[in-house]
Amino acid sequence: MSVVFRMPRIAVFVAVAALVAACSANTAGSGDATGSGAPGKGAEAVGFIFVGPKDDYGYNQAAYEGSQAVASAYPDLEVLTAENVPEDDNAARIMNSMIAKGAKVIFATSYGHLDAALKVAAEHPDVAVVQQGNLITGTVPANAGTYFGTVYEPVYLAGIAAGKATKSDKLGYVYAFPINQTISNINAFQLGAASVNPKAKTYVVNTSSWCDPAKQAEAAANLIKQDVDVITQHQDCTATIIKATEAAGKYTVGYHADASSLAPKGWLTGSEWDWDKLYVDIVKTAIDGGFTGSKYNANYRVGFKTGENPFVQSAFGPSVAQPTKDAIATARTLLGTEQGSPFAGPLTDQDGKVRIPEGTVPDYAEIEKIDYFVSGVVGKLPK
Amino acid sequence: MSDLLTDVLSGGVRGGTAIMLAALGETLAERAGVVNLGTEGCLLVGALTGYAVAAETGSPWAGLVAGALAGAALALVHAGLVIWRRADQFATGLTLMFFGLGITSLFGVAYVGKAAPGFAPVEIPLLSDVPVLGPVLFAHDPVTYLSYLVAPLMWWWLRRSRSGLLVRTAGERADVLHLHGYRAGLIRGGAVVAGGALAGLGGAQLSTAYAHAWFEGMTAGRGFIAVALVIFAAWRPLRVVAGAYLFGALLAVAPVLQARGHAVNQFAMDALPFVITLLILAVIGRRTLRAAPQELRRVFESSSSN
Repeated sequence: MSVVFRMPRIAVFVAVAALVAACSANTAGSGDATGSGAPGKGAEAVGFIFVGPKDDYGYNQAAYEGSQAVASAYPDLEVLTAENVPEDDNAARIMNSMIAKGAKVIFATSYGHLDAALKVAAEHPDVAVVQQGNLITGTVPANAGTYFGTVYEPVYLAGIAAGKATKSDKLGYVYAFPINQTISNINAFQLGAASVNPKAKTYVVNTSSWCDPAKQAEAAANLIKQDVDVITQHQDCTATIIKATEAAGKYTVGYHADASSLAPKGWLTGSEWDWDKLYVDIVKTAIDGGFTGSKYNANYRVGFKTGENPFVQSAFGPSVAQPTKDAIATARTLLGTEQGSPFAGPLTDQDGKVRIPEGTVPDYAEIEKIDYFVSGVVGKLPK
Repeated sequence: MSDLLTDVLSGGVRGGTAIMLAALGETLAERAGVVNLGTEGCLLVGALTGYAVAAETGSPWAGLVAGALAGAALALVHAGLVIWRRADQFATGLTLMFFGLGITSLFGVAYVGKAAPGFAPVEIPLLSDVPVLGPVLFAHDPVTYLSYLVAPLMWWWLRRSRSGLLVRTAGERADVLHLHGYRAGLIRGGAVVAGGALAGLGGAQLSTAYAHAWFEGMTAGRGFIAVALVIFAAWRPLRVVAGAYLFGALLAVAPVLQARGHAVNQFAMDALPFVITLLILAVIGRRTLRAAPQELRRVFESSSSN
């Protein structure tokens, strides 16, 4: 069963105003009611919060579809969802209202929901709260965790397609915020491209918004003007840049969703989410009472090495030649082995300094801490 | 260097057009004595309606007309409440802004990521080859070309035509209109609605000619920039144009520099239009009010504590 809360920002605003009074009273006591030590056990409802609309052809839609996979896997479970949940205290209030409705497993699906998620987890030891994409630093509470795919792996593969396709050797990457996840993606994209085309360089433009189509239009126009002929991005809404790139006759590498219909000619490939298996498994683990101490009670990352990556490569576009597909298949196999990583040493940063020495293969946790651009990326991180 | 300047200015025109149309609409309303803080809402309903109608009918021109009508409809609510019900202009305007945000989020969901036909840039032969001015002014979409006409026409109309005089009088000395048998309320209402139509047109330009997409809240504060702009352009249409392109250019600086590999702090760049607005307001201070239409001064002064 699935219940959808339609919450445009203004509705959230109003709803939150109404909730403030109720929550300040109800959050204090409800937490310690059941100190069973098995957060989420026997849950009858599960809650999901999304930072954007559930049909953005991107990140939020993928997460929403995952929540619906949980609904079909557990027909008796009530699946509560809330869209457009801001990354502040409002998120905590909305999660609390879901808990008040009986939710014992909560998925906070945006990077910036982490603080609110940890706050809610601390108030409700009987509820398992998992957060998508961020990292809990320090001790992980017994009823919390983060999970994510190693997004940079399929992005590295897409970088190979870009490196092969470019004629100007200039690739463009439009991104929202310089968070670690994005930095890893940009680096992986450049490294993938450089692995098949040493002359390829990636020009980065940031928009400081998860979705500001007008700013994106300006970013795309300027990259194209500078002779960039493959453009990719890391933002929540992707249509503007894909359309601008296609209209200019350049190549697109997608992110978050298969948007090849927006770029029938220039679509190369991309990466997209498939959360179904992971969400269902997290819910199962919690309901069975095994959350605490499980792999999900940590900063859990799944990639080509550890198993099925929830971030998968999108279908190829018409212009991608067989040798490119073969190169990508080979790289994919390599990434699944012990020695395979886009960031295997030697890795040099933009200033030519060796950051990861030859022979070293960083693990997932180390990669997420990379806070510099690798050599070949053109542009600086905002300080 | 000149290439860089060309790109910034060209981006200024591209990105400034929606701000300019909204600000000209606000100028019209304020010259008649009404402040519409709901301009952001008019931009949003124009952006969604324009995109949705373009998607449904296959004609971006139909979208443009529909966007203008939607902006006019929202402004009509403002006019009705403010003029006939004598509601507070600021409270009503802000409420309408939130209403516009909410209603477009609600009905816009179906159009997020949906394809729709839009306006493509058309280079004007010969003119677009002129150095600097060519790419800056004559390599844009048809809506931007149309928008070039709005400010001069408005300037001429306010100054030279009888109906323009009536609008100005409604903003300066509404009692005089009554003496001559005119209904100031109707004239003001007309100006507010026409202003809303211009803002709606600006919104439709944003979604069908610039971003080629609809997304909730996509105007990202441009309606508020427009309202601020009217004040420091001293309610003069031609200055509004200059100000709108200046703000557009400020928004364009970051991508222009970044696409060339220069380091830019986008967060600081984002704040720049608002910082500049504050600075200008601080510098001109009370002189702002001296340039204001008389009837508008009453509205402003009722909200200041002197």
